[in-house]
Amino acid sequence: MPPWICIGLAAFAAYRVGGRKIGLLTLAGLLFLWNLRLWQATVETLVLVSLATAAALVIGVPVGIWFALSRRAWRTFSPVLDMMQTLPSFVYLIPALPFFGLGAVSACFATIVFSVPPVIRLTALGIRNVPGELVEASDAFGGSAVQKLFKVQLPLALPTIMAGVNQTMMLALSMVVIAAMIGAGGLGRAVWQSIQRLEAGAGFEAGIGIVIVAVILDRVTQALAARARPHGIA
Amino acid sequence: MGRIHLEGISKIFGSGSAEALKLIEQGQRKSDIAAACGAVVGLRDISFDIAEGEILVLMGLSGSGKSTLLRCMNRLVEPCAGRIVVDGVDVTKLGRKDLLAFRQKTFGMVFQHFALLPNRTILDNVGFGLEIKRVPARERIERSMQAIALVGLKGWEAKYPSELSGGMQQRAGLARALAADADILLMDEAFSALDPLIRRDMQAELRDLQRKLKKTIVFVSHDLDEAIALGGRIVLMKDGEVVQIGQPEEIVARPATEYVARFVEHIDLAAVLQAEQVADRSGLVLASTQTVAEARTAIGAAIGAAHAKFWLVTDRDGRLVGRIFADRLASARPGETLSSLLDLGQAVVEADTRLDAILATVAAEEAVAVAGPDGRLIGAITSRDIVRALAARPGAKEPSLAGASPLSKPSGAHRWSGTSPNFPSTRSAMTASIGSPSMAAG
Repeated sequence: MPPWICIGLAAFAAYRVGGRKIGLLTLAGLLFLWNLRLWQATVETLVLVSLATAAALVIGVPVGIWFALSRRAWRTFSPVLDMMQTLPSFVYLIPALPFFGLGAVSACFATIVFSVPPVIRLTALGIRNVPGELVEASDAFGGSAVQKLFKVQLPLALPTIMAGVNQTMMLALSMVVIAAMIGAGGLGRAVWQSIQRLEAGAGFEAGIGIVIVAVILDRVTQALAARARPHGIA
Repeated sequence: MGRIHLEGISKIFGSGSAEALKLIEQGQRKSDIAAACGAVVGLRDISFDIAEGEILVLMGLSGSGKSTLLRCMNRLVEPCAGRIVVDGVDVTKLGRKDLLAFRQKTFGMVFQHFALLPNRTILDNVGFGLEIKRVPARERIERSMQAIALVGLKGWEAKYPSELSGGMQQRAGLARALAADADILLMDEAFSALDPLIRRDMQAELRDLQRKLKKTIVFVSHDLDEAIALGGRIVLMKDGEVVQIGQPEEIVARPATEYVARFVEHIDLAAVLQAEQVADRSGLVLASTQTVAEARTAIGAAIGAAHAKFWLVTDRDGRLVGRIFADRLASARPGETLSSLLDLGQAVVEADTRLDAILATVAAEEAVAVAGPDGRLIGAITSRDIVRALAARPGAKEPSLAGASPLSKPSGAHRWSGTSPNFPSTRSAMTASIGSPSMAAG
């Protein structure tokens, strides 16, 4: 698919989600990246980030629900989450290597591990913060635990969970860049190469590219989070 | 056995519940038990019955255990001891699945802070209970709309809770409980978060709804005025125990303990008593089929009736049709029937009208007729009846007005307008006006 079609579609999607401003931002940003001949790298980065985020959500949301419903699980594993978030990010590259070798798979794995804590944390937080009276209402009307979860707790936790998605995506992006050191492609590799070759200009271009991708992803996911918010609640 | 039968309900919070239960059996009180084993007694050996179709108000200050007791009824709070039987089903013995089904079928609950889901429209909120019961969408919407119309929220169903005022949100909360078609409503401080005016409206509307729908309502409130306004029996609680159970006027007129007495001190008797309880049932009533001559004989025979300015007239079924003035009767031909001489201007109030709502009418009209829900005449209220009723509060001063004006004399109508409960009284007056069993039953 030619880049201009992709850019057009992406900009349109951003417009639908977040309005005109974010649509235009996406359009201008991606066109600029195309112009810098970084389109291929940008797409690779986006693919990695999306895959890692999706995987982090698939793992993180159920775990977050479990943590929210089980006080003991929360108390046991919350320090693990703390540790995952405080370890320097490239430490995650080390365990990935022996299992998956150099390349995108290792990069993806490390990225998932690094970016999953915010989803877990914010999912658990969102569910725990659902007002007790609402949870009680579900019980009082004879709702089962599953009905309570899907009709009350998850919908009301959604804005918080979406904030977690935003965080996860940002963390995934930062990790994908670092993962270039173990062979991940994309904008990170462009930066990594320019460091090795001492090409300040090219490095700067790729750096700008990462910033642009970050801003676009951030704005779009924040717009998504805002949409998840119920009526009248700021 | 009533609709809801509570038997020896106890709830202990914290550790040491087994020990605490034993102490309860030995008759120890909350403070002693806390000192003995550190457990907090939420409810202490509570037993009473709730009848079908009644509004029962659980009353008490915060920490008295009223909300806990309410939640024991549908086991949102698990009682530590005792039995709860609802419609013959022992709720305390139900397994998880059966309990959920029983809640769906039997209980609707209304919460203090409404507990509406902010992400759903009013329609979807009201349909929540039905959704849980897996009622198909079409029927769900239909029944939700009926409930919405019932609470007067028609036209608002597509709005979100945040777009509604507090009073309207609570209407939606009520509609949600009604839509589920459960016949017991548990209302936990349902109107406490509303401002006073709206609150009074809601109380009145709840009474009307109750009359229409005949639901059994258990209402938790910390506000005695509210409890009285709702008009049902009151269960007064303190420290997890029931202190007194009774009709509002019983509790106000005959507080069981010092604590209750302090609680009801500020309550205006006129706001508690109902027309039916104040009405004088012994007054002469004429029949519309009687002739003037027959009426004159009847008036002559009845004690004290001859001095009246007018007499009430009923039809064959005992329904009030009007009154007849003394001068009109005096000037009429003896063969005429009363129905042609009637004056239709008689003020009538319903049996359950509060006394304070009648005062102005009595002041202006001399006598107000009291009719039951079927239109039958129950009796009449004069200013004298009101004074007698208000004077019935215990602790009121000894009589100094013994042998005051005869029943129908209009004098002194302005004197009671202050509704002072300290008005001189006799004890016997109390039994006459509110103590008779036939009246208490109403």
